[in-house]
Amino acid sequence: MTEFFTTTYLGIFLLTLGQVLLVVVPLLVALAFLLYADRKIWAAVQLRRGPNVVGTFGLLQSFADFVKYAVKEIVYPAGSDKVVFLLAPMVSLVMALIAWAVIPFNDGWVVSDLNVAILYVMAISSLEVYGVIMGGWASNSKYPFLGSLRSAAQMISYEVSLGLIIIGVIITTGSMNFGDIVNAQDGNYGALSWYWLPHFPMLFLFLISAMAETNRPPFDLPEAESELVAGYQVEYSSTPFLLFMIGEYVAIVLMCALVSLLFLGGWLSPVNFLPDGIFWMLAKICFVFFIFSMVKAITPRYRYDQLMRIGWKVFLPMSLIWVVLVSFLAKFELFGGAYARWAIGG
Amino acid sequence: MTIAALAFWLFSICVITGGFFTVISRNPVHSVLWLILAFLSAAGLFVLLGAEFVAMLLIIVYVGAVAVLFLFVVMMLDVDFAELKAGMAQYMPLALLIGVILLMQLGMAFGVWQFADEAQALRGAVTPTDAHNTQALGLILYDQYFLLFQLAGLILLVAMIGAIVLTLRHRKDIKRQDVLQQMWRDPKDAMELKDVKPGQGL
Repeated sequence: MTEFFTTTYLGIFLLTLGQVLLVVVPLLVALAFLLYADRKIWAAVQLRRGPNVVGTFGLLQSFADFVKYAVKEIVYPAGSDKVVFLLAPMVSLVMALIAWAVIPFNDGWVVSDLNVAILYVMAISSLEVYGVIMGGWASNSKYPFLGSLRSAAQMISYEVSLGLIIIGVIITTGSMNFGDIVNAQDGNYGALSWYWLPHFPMLFLFLISAMAETNRPPFDLPEAESELVAGYQVEYSSTPFLLFMIGEYVAIVLMCALVSLLFLGGWLSPVNFLPDGIFWMLAKICFVFFIFSMVKAITPRYRYDQLMRIGWKVFLPMSLIWVVLVSFLAKFELFGGAYARWAIGG
Repeated sequence: MTIAALAFWLFSICVITGGFFTVISRNPVHSVLWLILAFLSAAGLFVLLGAEFVAMLLIIVYVGAVAVLFLFVVMMLDVDFAELKAGMAQYMPLALLIGVILLMQLGMAFGVWQFADEAQALRGAVTPTDAHNTQALGLILYDQYFLLFQLAGLILLVAMIGAIVLTLRHRKDIKRQDVLQQMWRDPKDAMELKDVKPGQGL
């Protein structure tokens, strides 16, 4: 039986399909509850009750929303480019989903164990901008177009600092494979061996850049309800809008997973006497998502020129200096090899 | 037919289709989108060759940055391509002539092409098995050809500075945001802080 799944084409195809479904289905179901959690946290901060009607405590709110979007009518704006108009939300969702192919949930639990996994994620996240640009252009309307121009500039700017921050982690590990990166964080001191400590300032830079990259408040300028109505999503209704929204949230959860893999030790247990496992990974993703939610709730939106300034004039130089610093610390194996895990073997 | 061969044909057809429609599309934005398809499929071909690092760089640099700028420009510019194509019949003979000359040159070059004796063996040994190609590329760029690589970077830097100097102009008639001044402003002069008890609101 095992032979069928590892040697024949049909077997390999079925096995891969099964793995993909095993990642995507729980992800989308979890997303429904993360959306609910997001709204509840946001409501709690603002002293509201949030969704509380559909199901117990409003737990089924996301599913009700899903049905509502799915059964509505798709409206095409006059003069829109229909093919690109429909392609945009699909690109947005598909790009957000295929990045999960290289995210491991436990040691070896990954659909595709690439040795350039981090580059793959960076490549896919650089493609996500197309959903937004295409949507904004195809709508043939002013607000979506302005929103998409903003987002193009924003996503490209913050990708640069994200990439540089990741280079520091790659230098410390000596590998671009997520499994290697997490295993390199496994040390004698539990949570203190993880990369958040040696790469401490970069953890925050990464969090902030990730928020900007995924158009999350306080950097949600492509949407900016108060000035651009809803940016590139203005003309979208029904299922295409739903695809945009799911794509956006999948990308946010992906960033949470990246933070937990790169800086918070992935599936490693924070204390040595507890076993490592998938629940640590899931708990860390939820924890980072909680931080994302709280930031959304308590910070006002940035101004566009402030956003560009902080990206290019603050984050980029800081992460560049950090790369140089980490290179030196790794080369000479200072601080007991904390920056050169490949050298001390663990 | 193996999966690799199937994928090769799929990616190759996508590259050619993408390139073809890039040229013949009437709408420039569609052209760029087809170009992106061609880039992505080319990256797929690189992966099939075992050059996954180059494939990812191709996507990050060309699709993620260069093509975005292309799209940015063609969306902003209102170029009338029908007008640009109007003089096509007039320039066609010249273009054909140049095309034929280039083709003949290529044909002549390939006609006298001679393989080195060890070429066949080298072709079979392009991928070292003991190192990932990320590592191999890193060693070549940063160890063996370190100076040339740095020089290439320096040339790019000069080009960048040149482009900025050429386009930079200081306009006096617009209002500018001075972020430092905004940041150093004393909050006490601008707002009043109220202590809000949790769960009560104002």
